[in-house]
Amino acid sequence: MHRRRVGAGAIAKKKLAEAKYKERGTVLAEAQLAQMSKQLDMFKSNLEEFASKHKQEIWKNPEFRVQFQDMCATIGVDPLASGKGFWSEMLGVGDFYYELGVQIIEVCLALKHQNGGLITLEELHQQVLRGRGKFAQDVSQDDLIRAIKKLKALGTGFGIIPVGGIYLIQSVPAELNMDHTVVLQLAEKNGYVTVSDIKASLKWETERARQVLEHLLKEGLAWLDLQAPWEAHYWLPALFTHLYSQEITAEEAREALP
Amino acid sequence: MDRFLWTSGLLEINETLVIQQRGIKFDAGTLLLSTHRLIWRDQKNHECCMAFPLSQIVFIEEQAAGIGKSAKIVVHLHPAPPNKEPGPFQSSKNSYIKLSFKEHGQIEFYRRLSEEMTQRRWENMPVSQSLQTNRGPQPGRIRAVGIVGIERKLEEKRKETDKNISEAFEDLSKLMIKAKEMVELSKSIANKIKDKQGDITEDETIRFKSYLLSMGIANPVTRETCGSGTHYHVQLARQLAAILQTPLEERGGIMSLTEVYCLVNRARGMELLSPEDLVNACKMLEALKLPLRLRVFDSGVMVIELQSHKEEEMVASALETVSEKGSLTSEEFAKLVGMSVLLAKERLLLAEKMGHLCRDDSVEGLRFYPNLFMTQS
Repeated sequence: MHRRRVGAGAIAKKKLAEAKYKERGTVLAEAQLAQMSKQLDMFKSNLEEFASKHKQEIWKNPEFRVQFQDMCATIGVDPLASGKGFWSEMLGVGDFYYELGVQIIEVCLALKHQNGGLITLEELHQQVLRGRGKFAQDVSQDDLIRAIKKLKALGTGFGIIPVGGIYLIQSVPAELNMDHTVVLQLAEKNGYVTVSDIKASLKWETERARQVLEHLLKEGLAWLDLQAPWEAHYWLPALFTHLYSQEITAEEAREALP
Repeated sequence: MDRFLWTSGLLEINETLVIQQRGIKFDAGTLLLSTHRLIWRDQKNHECCMAFPLSQIVFIEEQAAGIGKSAKIVVHLHPAPPNKEPGPFQSSKNSYIKLSFKEHGQIEFYRRLSEEMTQRRWENMPVSQSLQTNRGPQPGRIRAVGIVGIERKLEEKRKETDKNISEAFEDLSKLMIKAKEMVELSKSIANKIKDKQGDITEDETIRFKSYLLSMGIANPVTRETCGSGTHYHVQLARQLAAILQTPLEERGGIMSLTEVYCLVNRARGMELLSPEDLVNACKMLEALKLPLRLRVFDSGVMVIELQSHKEEEMVASALETVSEKGSLTSEEFAKLVGMSVLLAKERLLLAEKMGHLCRDDSVEGLRFYPNLFMTQS
């Protein structure tokens, strides 16, 4: 049978043991930190080598950028987290995406009065390209999405909404829940939606449909057309350019090219 | 160029537009890709429009942009069929055309064109007779010698590029393996730190955080990608305080974080800040006793304020302005006072929260009135 340890002596011994254990712990962590520091230096020089060989190629090849980002994500590394990170400093990843962020913000701000802060990825892409000018490097839609994901950290409502086959980019802190998103999807086909459309496709009651549409109106994302035949049409300016590219006659092609 | 034929530019039945891009050279035009054809329309003279069927395409490749050169797509074509309708050129010695993208868009266009080439939708959806020329390569067809030579050269070049890329990928994979080791190590260290709960020195924690920052590894304990606390962010916070003083004063003492992000990065030109860098630096402003602070409104909007700026005092003047006009929306208020709509809305919301204003929420928008329930009872 195990004799219980009692008395001051036992307590003191226990304390000593604990202290020694903690000391050991500290030493272990210190050793690991030192190890990490060394590995970090080695990694840095590996990255430098990689950059000197492949940096040019990387930035010409958008598929490579996608692969690169995916690989980083798989291992739990975010190359765009900080401008001070190795990736940014040595591969120049950061500047490319952070500048793109600025351009995206500027385009969204410029068009906000028109579309309420909601724009298709396609239109955003065209506008950003135009803003960048002829001598800047080309960017893909994937690049835009990654830049936007980073912008979310700034707290002002950047969001990406998949709607049917396209993406809508939200740049204002308007609250859009599932109901709103579903109605946006419905509107994608024709650029507008009516209460009857919603009731027919989604099987909602009138009140629910009306609430969603009113919310979109209030947020400036939808325009009310009371002159449409039969019933009020709720148009979504964000989808207008998307509409133009769907049907094209010689006439409309001329109009659509701004 | 002899593969083109004049067309009215109207889509035939069953054709749908896939993508369009401006700025293509045969002197400034727009290129449209449909499921059946590649159409080029002159930007100045809309009547001038030409096209050829996608089935005529043998192979496409990209040419990256260079200094003074725009990005291009080179499209290699079969010889023109004998029954082809009239086009801009009667004959041509080249069996390829180059599309020069003066206003970018080359990446997306190439992707879509490749997709169409793989899907070959024109085979499933026949259009009117005038377009049914080539039906694609048939086995045993005699090809003109020129094309074979070109194809071989292109194949070699493509293999070369592929080799470079695959070498890059190989090197990248090796790099990633090492990076993964770092991630594992950092997890183990983080666990030790968590267990010991304060036995690790502050200095060591800071060191650890800066390692995580360099690698872009999320802090395993707090899940933030290296929250505040590194020397870099401290430095950055001080820099920001210096840079933003004047712009803030010019804008009434308050700016949204998005505005700050654009302002700072535009000024820097290179070595830009990531959004997270900015937020993390701003979180430290108050602790470092700098003359600015970060503030987060209920709506989630983040702003930088001068310490001397008292938003609550601004609310009093906002109440005056609204009372003068009877009622105001955020847009109207913003215009009167000369601030951004976003911040105007926040100020009005704060005034409402403090009980000075009340709202009228309708489909016509959100309108604020002085709160007469409070003042006249």
